[in-house]
Amino acid sequence: VAVLDAPRIVTARERFDDSYTLARYLETGGYAGLRKALTMFPEDVAAEVDAASLLGRGGAGFPAGRKWSMLRKSPVSYLVVNGDESEPATFKDHYLVERDPHQLVEGVIIAAYALQVNQAFIYIRGEFALGLERVQQALNDAYEYGALGSKIFDSDFSIDIVVHPGAGAYICGEETALIEGLEGKRGFPRIKPPFFPAVNGLYGEPTVVNNVETMSNLPWIISNGGAAFAALGGGRSTGTRLFALAGRVKNPGAYEIEMVKNTFRDLIYDPKLGGGIIGDHQIKAFIPGGVSAPWFGPDLLDLPLGQDEVAEKGSMLGSGSVVVFDETSCVVRATWRITKFFSRESCGQCTPCREGSGWIERAMYRLEHGGGRMEDLDMLLDLCDNIAPGLTWPPQQTTICVLGSSIPSSVHSAISMFRDEFAQHVNDGGCPFD
Amino acid sequence: MLPLLHLAQEQDGYLTSVKESRRSPNSPARRRPTCAAPPLFYDMYHLEPVGKYVVGVCTNVACLLAGGLELLDHASETLGCAVGSTSDDGLFTLEETECLADCNIAPCVQVNHRYVRTTTPDAFDAMVDELKTGKRDHDIPSHGTLIRVRRSGGLRASESEVASERGDAKAARDKREAEKK
Repeated sequence: VAVLDAPRIVTARERFDDSYTLARYLETGGYAGLRKALTMFPEDVAAEVDAASLLGRGGAGFPAGRKWSMLRKSPVSYLVVNGDESEPATFKDHYLVERDPHQLVEGVIIAAYALQVNQAFIYIRGEFALGLERVQQALNDAYEYGALGSKIFDSDFSIDIVVHPGAGAYICGEETALIEGLEGKRGFPRIKPPFFPAVNGLYGEPTVVNNVETMSNLPWIISNGGAAFAALGGGRSTGTRLFALAGRVKNPGAYEIEMVKNTFRDLIYDPKLGGGIIGDHQIKAFIPGGVSAPWFGPDLLDLPLGQDEVAEKGSMLGSGSVVVFDETSCVVRATWRITKFFSRESCGQCTPCREGSGWIERAMYRLEHGGGRMEDLDMLLDLCDNIAPGLTWPPQQTTICVLGSSIPSSVHSAISMFRDEFAQHVNDGGCPFD
Repeated sequence: MLPLLHLAQEQDGYLTSVKESRRSPNSPARRRPTCAAPPLFYDMYHLEPVGKYVVGVCTNVACLLAGGLELLDHASETLGCAVGSTSDDGLFTLEETECLADCNIAPCVQVNHRYVRTTTPDAFDAMVDELKTGKRDHDIPSHGTLIRVRRSGGLRASESEVASERGDAKAARDKREAEKK
C-alpha cells in the first residue's frame, strides 16, 4: 500500500486552477521562504539546503548543497536553471513550469542569495510556449512586487533573472551544452574536466546549473527547515519526488510521493496513483528513470523508489519518469523508436555516438519491419559494446557527454530480457503485434 | 542568440534569409558563421517556408505505446500532406516530433508549440476544423510567435546611461581610427 501522508512540497497548489498567478501564490504562503532566507546569512541558507541533503532532480542525482560548495569564488558568477526537459516520457518540469512558476522563481532567488549570485538564467525548452509565457509573467510580477530587481524586499541583495527559450535540442539538457546554448552557440557539450561549470561555466565564469524541480523544493526547505525535509524519505534519498508515470497505465500523470517508502508497484498499481495496467493486462517490463536507464522486469516491482536502491540493481532513477510496457506492447518497436530518438538528437561531436546511434537505429528498423537476421542481435550488442565498453552500469564512456553511453541501455536491456521476441520478429519476417 | 532567432522567426514563421545570406558574400551570416550555425542545429528554426500552423505529433516511446504512429498517419491524411511537408493551401505543416513532455495525455499533439491535447483521430479532426475557421486564434498564434509576454522589469541600465556609454565608445573608436590614418 502506498504511503501518501507526506506533505506536498512542490505540488502544494495542485487543486487551484489559477496556481500560476501571483495572487494565488501569495495567498498560499508564497515568498515566505524568501523573506525568511533574507533574514539569514547566505552561508546559513546554503547550510540549510545541505542539511536537507537535497539530491539534484535532473538525472544524475548529485547533492545540490555539495554542488554549490564547489562554486569557485569569483567577482562574477552565474546561476543557471535547467528547464530543458526533453528526456522521453519525462514531464515533471513541464508541470512545475506551467503550474507553479512563482515557486520556481522564489527557489531561484533563494539559491542566488545563498550563492551571492546577482544574475540568474532560467533556460526552458522552446516547446513549452505556455510555460515560457507563464514564467515571464511571473518574473514581471515579481519585479513589480519587489521580490526581484535591486535591493529586494529592502535588503542589500539585488538580483536579475532572465528567462531564455531553447530551440529544440535534447542535448541542451546536458549542463555544458545548455551553457553553450545560452551563449548562443550550437549545443555541443564541453569536455570536462577542465570545464566543470562550477569553475569555468557560462561566459568563462563559475556557474551553478540546477534543475527546475531542485529549485522548486527550496522555498519549502527554507520555510520548514532542512531537517524536516531530511526526515522524509530514507537513506540518501530524502524528501519527496515528482514522478512522471507514463505508458500503459490507467492514470498516467505526475505524482509527488515520498521517496524510498513507496515502491514501483505502489506507483503503478495504487488506485490513487497509476491505478494499474490498461485493460488489466500483465506488466512486461518498465523503465525506471527515463529512456537512458536500463529496464527492469516485473520481478523488481517491489523495489523502493530510492536513488541508491535502484542504482544497486543496475539502473537509475534518473529524471524520475517511469514507462510501463504491458504484454500488448512491442518491445522491438519501442527500442527502435528510442534508438531513433538518440540517433536524431546526437549532436555529432563524437564518432561512437554519431555513427553508432545511426547504425543501431537502422538495424532496429530492419528487425521491426521484417528484414532482420538473427546475427543482428549479436551485432547490435557488439555495437553497443563499442559505444559503452563492457555494457556495465554505470556505463563506461567513450564520448564527451553521457548521451552516447545512454544509447546501449535500452538496446542491451531489450535484447537480454526479450530475445525470444526479437527471434519471433526475425522468424515471422515482421512484427507479430501488427 | 536563440531568443533573437525566435524573434526573427516571428515575422514570417521561418528564418527567411539564412540560406540566401550564406550565399551572398557580404551577409553577416557569411562573415560570422556563429549566427548561421544555430539555425542549422536547432529543430525549432525553420529554413523553408512553413504553414500558418505547424502541427507536431509525438511518436516517442510513451506516445508510441498510446498509438502515436497511427495518429501521425491519420494527421497526414486529414491535413493532406506528408510528414515533413506543407499542405497545398499553405495552412498546415506536419511534423513528427520527439517527446514533448506531456506524456500523461498521449499521443501528444502540438500546434505552433501549444498543446492541443487531442489524442483520438476524431478529436484531431475537430481541432483542425476549429483552426480552419479561426476559432483557436486567441490561444494559437501563427507559427513563429513563441512568447507573447514581453519582459517588463529588470536591472536594466537607463537609456541615457546606455546612450552615453555608446557615445564614449564611439568617440574612442573614431579616435583610434583617426590615429591609424
